[in-house]
Amino acid sequence: MLDYILRRILYAFPILLGVNLLTFTLFFMVNTPDDMARIHLGAKHVTQEAIDTWKREHGYDKPLFYNADAGGVARLSETLFVDKSLRLFLFDFGAADDGRDIAREIQTRMWPSLAIALPTFVVGLLCYLSFALLLAFFRGTALDTGGVVLCVALMSISGLFYVIAGQYLMGKLWNWFPISGYQPGWAAWPFLVMPVIVGLVAGIGDSTRFYRALFLEEIGKDYVRTARAKGLSEPRVLFRHVLGNAMIPILTGVVVVIPRLFLGSLIIESFFGIPGLGSYTIDAIQAQDFAIVRSMVFLGSVLYIIGLVLTDLSYTLVDPRVRLE
Amino acid sequence: MKPVILWSDALLLLMLAVLALTFWRLRREEALRAPWRQVMRGRMGAVSGVLLLAFAVIGLLDSLHYVERLPDTEPGQPAQYGGEVRSALDALLTPLREGVEKTYSAPFATHLYVKQAMTRADGVDVRDYPRLAHGGAHLADPASEFWPDVSRRALAGLAGGVLLWLPLWLAFGRARAGRPASPGRRAAWATLLCVMLTAGLLVALAPHYHVLGTDKVGQDVLYLSLKSIRTGLLIGTLTTLIMLPFALTLGIAAGYFGGRVDDLIQYLYTTLNSIPGVLLIAAAVLVVQVQIETHPDWFDTAAARGDARLLALCGILGLTGWTGLARLLRGEVLKLRELEFVQAARAFGVRHTRILARHLLPNVMHLVLIALVIDFSGLVLAEAVLSYVGVGVDPGMNSFGNMINGARLELAREPVVWWQLAAAFVFLFTLVLAANLFADSVREALDPRGRRR
Amino acid sequence: MRLRVEQLRVEFAPPFGAAADARPAVPVDGVSFELGANQCVALLGESGCGKSMTALALMRLLPEGARVTAGSVRLDDTELLDLPEMRMRTLRGGRLAMVFQEPMTSLNPVMTLAAQLGEALAAHRGLRGGAARTEAARLMAAVELPAERLDAYPFQLSGGQRQRALIAMMLAGEPDVLIADEPTTALDVTVQAQILELLDGLRRERGMGLLLITHDLDVARDMADRVAVMYAGEIVEWAPRDALYAMPRHPYTQKLFAVLPRPERRGQRLDSLPGRVPPADAAFTGCRFAERCPRAWARCRSEAPALHLAAPGHYARCHLADPGVHDGRSGTVAQVASASAAGALGGSTAGLVHVQTSAARPPSPSAMLEVDQLAVHFPIRRGLLRRQVGAVRAVDGVSLAVHPGETLALVGESGCGKTTLARAVLRLIEPTGGTVRLGGETLANLRGEALRRMRARMQIVFQDPFASLNPRMRVQDIVEEGMAALLPHLDAGTRVRRTRELLDQVGLPADAGGRYPHEFSGGQRQRIAIARALAVEPALLILDEPTSALDVSVQAQILNLLAELQAARGLAYLFITHNLAVVSYLAHRVAVMRGGRIVEQGSVDTVLGAPSEAYTRELLASVPGWGAGVRPM
Repeated sequence: MLDYILRRILYAFPILLGVNLLTFTLFFMVNTPDDMARIHLGAKHVTQEAIDTWKREHGYDKPLFYNADAGGVARLSETLFVDKSLRLFLFDFGAADDGRDIAREIQTRMWPSLAIALPTFVVGLLCYLSFALLLAFFRGTALDTGGVVLCVALMSISGLFYVIAGQYLMGKLWNWFPISGYQPGWAAWPFLVMPVIVGLVAGIGDSTRFYRALFLEEIGKDYVRTARAKGLSEPRVLFRHVLGNAMIPILTGVVVVIPRLFLGSLIIESFFGIPGLGSYTIDAIQAQDFAIVRSMVFLGSVLYIIGLVLTDLSYTLVDPRVRLE
Repeated sequence: MKPVILWSDALLLLMLAVLALTFWRLRREEALRAPWRQVMRGRMGAVSGVLLLAFAVIGLLDSLHYVERLPDTEPGQPAQYGGEVRSALDALLTPLREGVEKTYSAPFATHLYVKQAMTRADGVDVRDYPRLAHGGAHLADPASEFWPDVSRRALAGLAGGVLLWLPLWLAFGRARAGRPASPGRRAAWATLLCVMLTAGLLVALAPHYHVLGTDKVGQDVLYLSLKSIRTGLLIGTLTTLIMLPFALTLGIAAGYFGGRVDDLIQYLYTTLNSIPGVLLIAAAVLVVQVQIETHPDWFDTAAARGDARLLALCGILGLTGWTGLARLLRGEVLKLRELEFVQAARAFGVRHTRILARHLLPNVMHLVLIALVIDFSGLVLAEAVLSYVGVGVDPGMNSFGNMINGARLELAREPVVWWQLAAAFVFLFTLVLAANLFADSVREALDPRGRRR
Repeated sequence: MRLRVEQLRVEFAPPFGAAADARPAVPVDGVSFELGANQCVALLGESGCGKSMTALALMRLLPEGARVTAGSVRLDDTELLDLPEMRMRTLRGGRLAMVFQEPMTSLNPVMTLAAQLGEALAAHRGLRGGAARTEAARLMAAVELPAERLDAYPFQLSGGQRQRALIAMMLAGEPDVLIADEPTTALDVTVQAQILELLDGLRRERGMGLLLITHDLDVARDMADRVAVMYAGEIVEWAPRDALYAMPRHPYTQKLFAVLPRPERRGQRLDSLPGRVPPADAAFTGCRFAERCPRAWARCRSEAPALHLAAPGHYARCHLADPGVHDGRSGTVAQVASASAAGALGGSTAGLVHVQTSAARPPSPSAMLEVDQLAVHFPIRRGLLRRQVGAVRAVDGVSLAVHPGETLALVGESGCGKTTLARAVLRLIEPTGGTVRLGGETLANLRGEALRRMRARMQIVFQDPFASLNPRMRVQDIVEEGMAALLPHLDAGTRVRRTRELLDQVGLPADAGGRYPHEFSGGQRQRIAIARALAVEPALLILDEPTSALDVSVQAQILNLLAELQAARGLAYLFITHNLAVVSYLAHRVAVMRGGRIVEQGSVDTVLGAPSEAYTRELLASVPGWGAGVRPM
């Protein structure tokens, strides 16, 4: 077990290094720091001087991989790759273009993100699984057919429409909740309900259909026939036998996203004006603040790898055949 | 007039050629054709197939590009061409394209949606809703003439639709000996009738009214919606075209060769997968965007610029999107390579390349096709979100994402402007729903395991 | 207690999108039989005859799309088909229980045995907690499993143990009737014998009725009091066990006996049954067997026969059994039957060794294939650095030789390493040690052209006729592939001609080359696989369980074909199998394999007749029908 976790952590390093190399290539080699300076300085005809000043101010004035001017180890360490990329391994994200510390921003912004993502995730999973079980229970009937058609219709609607329709109906027409905004502490909850509801509804079609397919695949297996031959009731067969076994493929898709809940949702947060990591990212993308984008990519990868490890650990809980070593 | 072939047009033509070739092969191979027959025999498959075909026709018309010859060229001089690239669809929709109003007007409106200061005939200055420059401009007195005019034109349009459909149906559609009426056949012809009726209505009404209203700058919303179709279709298809070689080679190689090859490919896709999808796409698109912005001299027209950005987006989606299919193929090939027919080939000393091409590839093709049709709808939807985030297609390009993005605050206006969102919703929903239903039918027909819906 | 099935009919709705006038498939059509307390009835038939559907219909566990459209199933005075689902549930697993074929997948993989047993005990006997635990332990004892295995998960048990656990679960409701659907087909012979013995003992102990569904004539003979033979959805013969085995009345049953490989049939062609079982949606006007029946005449094609009483308690669905029948051409069924039964069963007095066998031919001096101390070890890696900590010795020092024109049977149970051995000999897996010589040349270091030349001299035919042919290739291309790869000097015309000859030689129709594998039956596919192997003109054929996925009537055809080919081409066969009856009919010499090693090797007469190893004896004793002639019938 310990062996296993150790090995996973060791394996995480090459992956994170790969991620860093990829973003570094994109942001420093395809796009040179000169390009970046030009975009930020805006004006059509910028002097090389202005560019150099901007680069110096923002710490982009070192060579990429090899510093011929420095001596000793510094030849390798006094480079952009070490400064901008490898530092991330220490969770030292540096400063954004507006000078604010990225790490601190992340720390304060992840809580609003979590406040929306976590309830959406938990309530959503429960709802989708129940709906899917319901459809599986009534499989082959008109209810099932209607449910599936509804699911396909719901998943054919762009997420943007859910947000727009939600804001219009619940915010403007019925006046249930404030349309957007956020307040810290307990005062936050009226601002949270609508994003959570919208997030839930947006995911119904896709997830319910997916889980229903999983359940139906399990229902076709031999052990279910055995359970029925024992004279068990259909609900017991579904909840005890089918759900128990379907948990294995369900966990595969579910656990891996749990750590990423911290990152929040881009669309929801930006539409509802939630000051979370999702809207932070989207603002950075729109402002072309590459330092933030790089940090978020790195953070996302770390959380993904944690998610993978958690997934494997969770298998040991539901599947007696899995032993980690 | 001079034809212009944009890069995306060229790729689209290439794809059509591949499709035609496949179709030609299918005609001879009964065994390969059977699943497709089954798709079209079911009601869902037939209806969605016909709808998708209708969308495809619009997209294709919109891909035949040309530039106009400027009229003021002197004789003997080399011809001068305008800078604006148009398509066959633009030519067909000329009245819609040129019928630009001042600002918002509701569907079928004859007056503008906002009051403006104007001078009445008697010389008094008032604030009122002015008549539209194009929508219903032919009516002398809209209040009394509107309904008779609309219903007359609508009836004519419907009649035209039926007239177009009837001969086709009489020639090809009726059940006769050797061609029994399947539920799918009937549904397909009914759908075609609906499509024709809609087309007839639009042809009759759209030149004289803004059927779906106009947007903030007075452009006809129907025109914008029709123009957005091509973007959606391209994103849905070109992306998979780009993704396919990666997914196929890497997925099959990982599964078949195993060992270090497998380790390397698995490392590659774990790394790509570990980056949150939107962020990876955003990062790549940002880079491309900067490249395009810093090199304006690469493109001679705005259309070429938008096209380059669209292709870049497809490329990025393709390069980041192969992991799922590759993983699926790897798993399937892992199973297949232990099967006895592959072992038998190895016992004959058949070369690896031949085993891959003759034994493995044909036996995973159904998975590839299923993945392609399923991916299509997801990609069309993704375009909308990405354009909203600001990393989608060029803001100047017609797309559903840009349409929604431009209209998202309109519901908050007083009074509410709902038609642009509604139009985008209806078009996008129909396209994606048809694609989803078609994907379901294809999966049912091709997947030996999934014999249920 | 009495279970009475009358005129049971099961239909499948036509598939979605089928033409409106499509016929429903009728896998079970008018089946009637009876089962009393402490009695065993065997439902016997080849695959696709409707026997499993009959069983599932009794349990009301038919798969989706199938339903009972007529008939009655009465357990004492209760009509099962009319019961509301709630009441049926108390009977299912209560008075009426069922054991399935696949022990590996029939248990819930994520629940312990205690939990799975406990469910049944709670549902039918209201037992919970400690009482349930005690009763569960008692049930485990009844199926001869140790009580501490209660906390085990299915994956920790062997196939036989799982089948025992499944039986225990089905006993939890103290059933009056136990239905066993091919309960031992997926198991090794030694385990099969134990499970059958267990079922037989439980039946006597508890006075249950046992409905045994099987395709194995010998299993039915060992177990049943009465036998119902099914063909194409109907019961064609219904008789007491002894009467049936002494004198089968229906031509189909007679054929089933006649096609069995037996030691006394060595060197003779096995009788064969042409054609294939009609599909379940076929329309019949006359007798369903008429197409394949050697004794059919005009009446058989126009009039469906009734189930006639041929002897006391012995019924046959055949016009020959109609007491009124006297056509000049054929004798009555009794005459025919006695004649064929003598042929079918006569002389089965010495188990698997024919007294007059003279088969062991003198080994010719130079062996075709020599395997010396061959070993295949798979490494086990553990720990942080994936260091090798041990090895699975799949094949562990095997030596054997096959001579030209000779069949060496390699016998062993699943997991003994016989398939790994075959693949190592072919160099589909690289051996860890030892040598393989083919015609005197060592294979281990061959590369490129030399290896290709050797590959042309030995080929393999696999077990699974469905997985061994690429479904996306035409038969023509499948057979040609080896030629193209190994005999590059042949031009395309020669290849096509040779393919046609080969397909003809293995008994396939002339147009077979242009078709795809899915258009052929299992037996035909196996013929294609044999043609493919022969295409490169090998001197040695490795046959890896080539008939074990086939019905007995098809098996006979394939065995005949193999014998013909050996005689005509002087082929050497390495015949891998677990079926000792086939070995006794076909092989010259036998090697018995266990745990990666050969435990005994010698001529068929010696090894099967006077085995020196305990394991061989155990294997022989487990074969169903072993010593049938000795046992009182």
